Amino acid sequence: MSKQLATGLEGQGVLVTGGSRGLGRALALAAARAGARVALVAREREPLARVAAEIRAAGGDAHAIVADVGQRDAVAAIAGQAAAAIGAIDVLINNASTLGPVPLRLLLDTDCEDVERALAVNLVGPFRLTKAVAGPMVLRGRGTIVNITSDAATEAYERWGAYGASKAALEQLGRIWAAELAGTGVRVLNVDPGEMDTRMHADAMPDADRSLLADPVRVAARIVALLMGNDGDGQPRSGSRVAVSAAAATTS
Amino acid sequence: MKPATTYPERRDDVRLLVVDPDGGAGGAMLHETRTPALPDFLAPGDLLVVNDAATLPASLRGHDDSGHDIEARLLAARCGGATFAAVLLGAGDWHARTEDRPPPPELPVGARLRFGALDADIAARDPRSPRLVELRFAVTGDDLWDALYREGRPVQYAYLAHELPLWAVQTVYAARPWAFEMPSAGRPLSWQTLLALRRKGVRWAALTHAAGLSSTGDPAIDAALPLAERYDIPAATVRAVAETRARGGRVIAVGTTVVRALEGAAAKQGGLRAGPGETDLLITPAFRPRVVDGILSGAHAAHESHFSLLAAFAGPDLLAAAAAHADRAGFLTHELGDSMLVLPGALATAHAHPSASQNGR
Repeated sequence: MSKQLATGLEGQGVLVTGGSRGLGRALALAAARAGARVALVAREREPLARVAAEIRAAGGDAHAIVADVGQRDAVAAIAGQAAAAIGAIDVLINNASTLGPVPLRLLLDTDCEDVERALAVNLVGPFRLTKAVAGPMVLRGRGTIVNITSDAATEAYERWGAYGASKAALEQLGRIWAAELAGTGVRVLNVDPGEMDTRMHADAMPDADRSLLADPVRVAARIVALLMGNDGDGQPRSGSRVAVSAAAATTS
Repeated sequence: MKPATTYPERRDDVRLLVVDPDGGAGGAMLHETRTPALPDFLAPGDLLVVNDAATLPASLRGHDDSGHDIEARLLAARCGGATFAAVLLGAGDWHARTEDRPPPPELPVGARLRFGALDADIAARDPRSPRLVELRFAVTGDDLWDALYREGRPVQYAYLAHELPLWAVQTVYAARPWAFEMPSAGRPLSWQTLLALRRKGVRWAALTHAAGLSSTGDPAIDAALPLAERYDIPAATVRAVAETRARGGRVIAVGTTVVRALEGAAAKQGGLRAGPGETDLLITPAFRPRVVDGILSGAHAAHESHFSLLAAFAGPDLLAAAAAHADRAGFLTHELGDSMLVLPGALATAHAHPSASQNGR
């Protein structure tokens, strides 16, 4: 990996969920390039193994964990396999999420099971995984949890009901995590990556003009810079919501 | 005393017997309370050391080439990563006590075992028992961890009412998966309790110790337990121990695995140093600890071998009185049971430094 970019995350353990595609893949690549030991989680073995192989081919350290964060019994296994592979986990990025069935539907047409699945993957999974990795972080007195959120958490977009509600709940959970972990050295950030040119975006909005969408590689570089604390205008406070566009980050 | 057969309703609210060889007001040496009150008995400047090993799914079920049912319980990892020491059990499952399980067929070196999708062969046999073997898995690294977590289950106990899932055998600070059974003395510690300790000025530190199996049902192997176990002590923990002792604070180990790691390391040439190591230290009543002043442990009956470990921290008469008290009071034992704190000065501390513990929820 490029020497000049290798600053800030050398030897740190970074766990990324939803690591096989889109932003998760870009985050894993960027963290590895910054010197981190990376564990990536996704449900499908093949695409995940390809990303891990891509990172290793470039001289990085990557370990694939095949699991569904939406399943209760998967979480202790994810935390265990990640710690076995990369040792102490310094950064957890809760990036995996599901839109539910596409095309997106009005709430009146949404099945209850689809809301439950959105909550399981986008809210309860990140809660369980955070609970599993934040304990040892508190004991060591340092660590960062990043929840990848969306403007659908704050804006009432039609047809984004299940997803938007799950992300709003994830953000509130993140704020409460931050309040409870204040003073422990562990910080929690809600990061809104903005609209990106990913498969998830294409699934949700197939008619979007892709030229207006951000490249997840550039967004990932911004988020990894936040982790390294060299983003120019200082570290975002734990519990804050950081809107990252490919151009700049703004904290609210 | 009876084993606890199910998880307590709250992991951090079980009975706690405080055993203080120095005695508190009026000379009382025993005090019964509940685990949320633990911070009352530790003083500002004391250090609580925990074992942060996560518990592995160390039990694998499968069969040999002739179709005999085999259960392998892993008990130590070997260098290189693909080989583990393991105990082999025969037919039946965890509902039966291990000593009542039929032995597995005697398997020669080179015999192949299949645990679901995970293959292994017997790389060596231990002279102490044909059931104590070195298992070499067919895959290594990430593939081995993936297969172990897919095919393995945590070691279960015959007294349980229900099978324990993997998440239920973790402490709240579990990190690297090194433990073959839960380091269960730390099970009643919640963050509520740990943060209350810190507010009071008690420090924490961690080490990782590869807790092995508590029993196997094979008398030849059980007589040799605990086998040598590996540990890793961070530099920050060594510093915290030194600072605590220099300032007259007490070092309290959470569980015998922490005692073994700290005392095993301290007994080596040069004293307590940071880094990885292996210890076969046996804590006997004659053992005089150099580093550890007290221990938080699960409750044990007087006849259990584990109980004699406590004798390093309190005299035999006091321990007999503690066991009798726990028995009378109906304390529950084993992995999911009640707790005991053996710590000189614990009761005087509760008097001098009552904790502002915020146990209201």
